Amino acid sequence: MSMLAPLERFRLLQRRRLAAAGASKSILLDRFRLLRRRRLISLVPIVAIVIILPLLFSSAYYYRVAALVFLFGIAALGLNLLMGFAGQVSLGHAGFMGIGAYAVAIGPTAFGIPPVLSFILGALLSALVAFVVGRPILRLKEHYLAVATLGFGILLAIVFTNEANWTGGPDGMAVPQLILFNWPLRGAAVWYWILAVSFLVGAVIALNLINSPTGRALRAIHDSEVAARVLGIDVAQKKLMIFVISAVYTSIAGSYLALLDGYITPQISGFLRSIELVAMVVLGGMGSVAGSLVGAAVLVILPQALTLFDEYEHVVLGLIVMGVMIFLRAGIVPSLAAAFGGGRS
Amino acid sequence: MSALSAERLSVAFGGVRAVDGVSFDVAAGIVFSIIGPNGAGKTTLFNLISGLCRSHDGGVWLCGEDVTALAPEDLARRGLSRTFQNLQIFSHLTVIENVMVGRHRHEATGILADLLHLPAVARQNRGTRKAAAEALGRVGLGDAAERSASGLAYGHLKRLEIARALASEPKVLLLDEPAAGCNPVETREIEAIIRGIVADGVTVVLVEHDMRLVMNVSDRIHVLANGRTLAEGTAVEIRTNAAVIEAYLGVRGAREAAGAVG
Ligand SMILES: Nc1ncnc2c1ncn2[C@@H]1O[C@H](COP(=O)(O)OP(=O)(O)O)[C@@H](O)[C@H]1O
Ligand SMILES: [Mg+2]
Repeated sequence: MSMLAPLERFRLLQRRRLAAAGASKSILLDRFRLLRRRRLISLVPIVAIVIILPLLFSSAYYYRVAALVFLFGIAALGLNLLMGFAGQVSLGHAGFMGIGAYAVAIGPTAFGIPPVLSFILGALLSALVAFVVGRPILRLKEHYLAVATLGFGILLAIVFTNEANWTGGPDGMAVPQLILFNWPLRGAAVWYWILAVSFLVGAVIALNLINSPTGRALRAIHDSEVAARVLGIDVAQKKLMIFVISAVYTSIAGSYLALLDGYITPQISGFLRSIELVAMVVLGGMGSVAGSLVGAAVLVILPQALTLFDEYEHVVLGLIVMGVMIFLRAGIVPSLAAAFGGGRS
Repeated sequence: MSALSAERLSVAFGGVRAVDGVSFDVAAGIVFSIIGPNGAGKTTLFNLISGLCRSHDGGVWLCGEDVTALAPEDLARRGLSRTFQNLQIFSHLTVIENVMVGRHRHEATGILADLLHLPAVARQNRGTRKAAAEALGRVGLGDAAERSASGLAYGHLKRLEIARALASEPKVLLLDEPAAGCNPVETREIEAIIRGIVADGVTVVLVEHDMRLVMNVSDRIHVLANGRTLAEGTAVEIRTNAAVIEAYLGVRGAREAAGAVG
């Protein structure tokens, strides 16, 4: 009975709300209510997976791989906001991973800044760098933007390699453990939960953005900058905004990677890493939140699974990626969603 | 006070004088049409007015305010809106989302509110959607609201652009060939839509090749040829103007245009 009471109250409220809205009997508005409730629905399967997976894991190794999937899912999601939604390419996003990673490495060791604070400062530093670099770079379009961001990523990797006093140079440096409330974060299972929850938080924020005035403006810019401008959208400002947000996502993933591994080298911000992030976005599905995770899963899990092919590992991986792109042109999640009559992903 | 004034607008592309010293005044609340052969410079003139293209000379005034050097987004915020001859649809968005983007200048949530989906954003979204649904209804696309914009037929996309521009609640609306590719029935519907827009007090500047439509709805007509002004006047004055008949209408066109009123 006491269990039912809140339900009853909810129904009553619902009825009152419906009655209040009854004045405008627009079908459109009713449909919108449905959509509003659906804003976060694409996360339901992901939440289910997060909860079920540990039941299937038989060793720490599985936790570690899954943690890495969520970690790269965060980075890919950030890049997807830029590429898939706003339509702006970046081939240098690993640079932001590097900033996040070195922040949690250098902050505590060189300046005595607590790891958690270093983590936040790293995200803020990435935002600042994205803001400063984005202004001139985002005026460029398509291939020119691609090459400019590529240059930015390479530049950062060189800085991390050359500033050996701070970064340990090409050999890298150790990263102090993250301690939360006197509790050192250790062990693959702990990181699994941290990263899964972080990904979900990131996904909720991304979905919020996509369904907001700013998000609509960004998606409009993707399709027609001219029409967007004529409707009063400040295209340069919106692009810069999403570049900064995207950088923060990627930077946070970089910080997590450094903390998870306990060691970093400049490779974290290398060109190959940037390409890998782009591949995750395109493979999983441009403009798909769930696709970012699926793309990350493919590129994290496949190389592990393919080790049995020995020296042909990379050949097989390359073939699979090519095959996916040929047969699922829109990326895995949007293509499958379309094939099974689903709506948005 | 005139809603829109253009003075000596001029621009050249690689030696071609696309628009060459064009001036006109559009009184508030009327339909002002710009006609002329293909390549006459009509679309370029719209680009100059809406800030997508810079004039070498002269200037533009919107409701008395000098808006000559303003960017398109700033002009939009001052109440100028337009559609495009070669459609500029947001094809990844649904039909209603396209129109919701038209509400952008009336939306006032911050980025943090947007990221956190604060109640203000939900409220904003609801208001925007309601206004967009109304605009869609005005162009007869209410039933297509939740469809993907990329799935609409050409004629409907033209109307979608009108709804999107209307949603921004412009003072002055530039329509670039809204009836192109439309059958006679659809053209009649476009005519009704234009009349409805003007009835709401919006000033309409229309570029259109369908002479029946132009002659029916226009309060004034401005004729361009090779980037220059050929004539300006009322419908009757224009369809009986010898220079206009020779350069653009032709004898048959003039007769057709005359038939429009009857
Ligand atoms: N961006 C451009 N670059 C070069 N030439 C252009 C450009 N835009 C228009 N033109 C030229 O300007 C002239 C006028 O074109 P336009 O304004 O499209 O005419 P209309 O809309 O009257 O058919 C044409 O000769 C066209 O080729
Ligand atoms: Mg034209």
